[in-house]
Amino acid sequence: MYSREAIEGIEQKAVTKSRLNLRDPKGRPWFGQVFLAGNPPFLMVLLAAVPATGILLLLFYLGMRAAGAGLPEFWAIISQPRTLEVLLNSIGMTVAITLLSALIAIPLAFLTVRTDLPWRRFWLVVTTLPLAIPTYVGSFALIAAVGPRGSILQMLLQPLGVERLPSIYGWPGVILAIGLFTYPYLLLSVRAGLQGMDPSMEESARVLGYGSRATFLKVTLPQLRPSIAAGSLLVALYALQDFGTPGLMRFNSFTRAIFIQYRASFNRNTAAALALVLVVLVLGILFLEYWARSRAVYYSRGSAVPREQTLIPLGRWKWPAVVFCALIASISFAMPIGVIAFWLIRGLIYGGASDRLLSTLLPIIWNSVYAAGLAALIAIIFALPVAILSVRFPSRLSTLLERCSYLGFGMPGIVVALTLVFFGANFAPWLYQKLPMMLFAYLVLFLPQAIGTIRSSLLQVNPSLEESARVLGRSPWQTLQEVTLPLVRPGIISGGMLIFLTAMKELPATLLLAPIGFRTLATQIWQATAEDAAFANAAAAALAILAVSTLSTLIILSQERILPRPNLSSSRNDSTSIIDS
Amino acid sequence: MVAIKPKQLALGLATLAVTWGVTLVGVVSAQTLTLYSGRNEALIGPLIEKAKAELGLDIQVRYGDTAELAATILEEGQNSPADIYFGQDAGALGALQKAGRAVVLPASILEKVDERFRSPQGQWIGISGRSRVLDYNTNRVQARDLPRSVWELTTPKWRGRVAWAPTNGSFQSFVTAMRMIEGEERTREWLTAMKNNGAVVYRNNTTIVEALGRGEIDIGLVNNYYLARFKREDPNFPVAHHFTRGDSGSMINVAGVAILDTADSLEEAQAFVEFLLSPESQRFFAEETTEYPLVVGIPHPPEQVPIDEINPPRIDLSNLADLDGTLSLLQEVGVL
Repeated sequence: MYSREAIEGIEQKAVTKSRLNLRDPKGRPWFGQVFLAGNPPFLMVLLAAVPATGILLLLFYLGMRAAGAGLPEFWAIISQPRTLEVLLNSIGMTVAITLLSALIAIPLAFLTVRTDLPWRRFWLVVTTLPLAIPTYVGSFALIAAVGPRGSILQMLLQPLGVERLPSIYGWPGVILAIGLFTYPYLLLSVRAGLQGMDPSMEESARVLGYGSRATFLKVTLPQLRPSIAAGSLLVALYALQDFGTPGLMRFNSFTRAIFIQYRASFNRNTAAALALVLVVLVLGILFLEYWARSRAVYYSRGSAVPREQTLIPLGRWKWPAVVFCALIASISFAMPIGVIAFWLIRGLIYGGASDRLLSTLLPIIWNSVYAAGLAALIAIIFALPVAILSVRFPSRLSTLLERCSYLGFGMPGIVVALTLVFFGANFAPWLYQKLPMMLFAYLVLFLPQAIGTIRSSLLQVNPSLEESARVLGRSPWQTLQEVTLPLVRPGIISGGMLIFLTAMKELPATLLLAPIGFRTLATQIWQATAEDAAFANAAAAALAILAVSTLSTLIILSQERILPRPNLSSSRNDSTSIIDS
Repeated sequence: MVAIKPKQLALGLATLAVTWGVTLVGVVSAQTLTLYSGRNEALIGPLIEKAKAELGLDIQVRYGDTAELAATILEEGQNSPADIYFGQDAGALGALQKAGRAVVLPASILEKVDERFRSPQGQWIGISGRSRVLDYNTNRVQARDLPRSVWELTTPKWRGRVAWAPTNGSFQSFVTAMRMIEGEERTREWLTAMKNNGAVVYRNNTTIVEALGRGEIDIGLVNNYYLARFKREDPNFPVAHHFTRGDSGSMINVAGVAILDTADSLEEAQAFVEFLLSPESQRFFAEETTEYPLVVGIPHPPEQVPIDEINPPRIDLSNLADLDGTLSLLQEVGVL
């Protein structure tokens, strides 16, 4: 009894402390002094405002076009029973996909960070990589693998008399396809959360008599709540805005209704009206996440003494855990690669053209790496200030800046692309269809991915560390460089990686806003599958995306390894994780 | 001891990369012909290269989705960098015409193509044609069982065996054509009967033909030129064409071009359109994309039934731009 109360006391204290900080910044005179007395640095606010302008443009554009439709027509579209039906479809789909992702990602994160899982680094890489598979490619592969007839699975079962498998189309297909290729958002987020966690809390819990399961449920999981919320938000918004997969899986999602307006009736006004409804839905999801995470904010890296987390021995659960990892990896990674490789080989046998395939692909690979790399770099430059402002200088404005950046991520790419087409061509023709404009589109579309991961890392850094640095005579800039940045490094790394991987596969904005003739691997895949059925070319480009993504993931993960070993005489805390040991 | 820290190195590299990107800006000369193409690079890329050489023009192409590029031109307004629009279907061309963004082509160009395959107002012209067709799995459907009209597909014999792609532009053009030929009522009847007969929804023509090959479905409403591409990758692909006669199931739609009101040089733009209508280019479409050449006297693609034997319905393709009626009909029936 006594010990339990003590633990709950610890939990309670952490909650109270964080709540006070969130809700009542002015109550603590030292609070804002981390960088400058009271107010955030001007440069930081300025940088944070840049992505917000993109969102403002988006809202302005949608409002303008929807107004063009006129109120009666607007209402006629919104009030159609069909609109409500697809809206409910989208909501149901989003909830189911988020749950599926959580079921896959949370155990995976725990296994790969905290346990003595065999080949942990291998699983670490392989389970992240499905993110690099464009969902439309993944869906194609899924259909080819387990479609009702003529699929690989059906042909294997043919001798047993199975003529037709249960249909994958509709709900199961859309949930599986998006869930299997977006769970890494949640995985990376939770993994960063686990890595940044101070083990002393869990140790105290154990010392005070909690069993391992109770420790996990009462101490570990609540601390992970912001990470889980941030990751789920990305999964949910990705699911909501995806168009390719619902199309392939014949699922009537809300985005599909928007696309029909553009593609079939060339009606930009009604499309914008529907997109505004989507904006409201995204705002609802944002509110939910805000509610979930503002109830649990923890500073866990409180001690200046570096601690290493101890690995939890899996014991007899070792092999079931390996089977689980292998299952997820084979469905969401090995299976698509197998199908893509099959297309490539079939195309090469019948299609010829193999000698030119690689030489034409090389410059395209470079374009993709260059654009996605720049996008990742720029996104971090802009995401850092937004994250720091929202965590260290909580106010209505900083919350708004951080929240509204997510709107871009929840919008179909074509909506953001046409917004920038309109403003670019008419008000900034000197930038229109130039590289910076495309990168800006990437920023508007993808920034929240980096904000989320950096924010989660930052939440685990106790501001007293920064305060100490200031007290000891470091300038705000030095404090940022020497204390804050090294501590949020895991967040920066995974944020940059997320942006890189998703920018590699971005299509609609790239098609409309890239410098003319600028080809990327994603446009190459689209070219090959859109009008003709040149699967060999599509497969080659898809494999190239996977190869580049794998390589960059490996490089980034190996970066974590060369971090300085924990040094007791240094006041710098380490951000090393269990992977290093 | 002076050593470059990794951080500085990274920063330096990043700066270099950014500056290189910025210098890319502004390397676009004014004297280029800019084409927005809803047609695929794999299809028309070689033709563009030939045009560059023959016309001595610098031709820049932005490839994209037919409808999205049309929307882009509308959003760009008078600042559009595009000179020419090459669209995959008459509907998109009609939308640009309706918005007043296409200029009237000279008679010398218009008269090369049968009037069925160009805008009556002369604001766009067809370059190549594609027909609607029924593709079927040869293992699962006997030739003698094939339907004579799309109406037969609503009979119990075809229950659950037919594929269609209601969100696909070509399919919607086909429904629009049906509305023109048979009237609103009959079209609604057909759509409802098809739906009640368990027609299976696919995303587009490619996925239908692919599913036909897998035997997932038996017969599908598609365009004529997809099959040839599958046959090229796999000669044993078990799917074949079947044309219905005189109904919209065999209607002919076009891919065509419009010169935009933002074109810098009308002469250059017209030279390019003439190039597309030259016998050489027309033969290219017949051979490479297995579409129908539209200029009179060019032989039809060897794998395809001749255009004159198809017996398509007679309709004004410009009206295909009026998709609103079709969409609301599809929505009303509940297929969209």
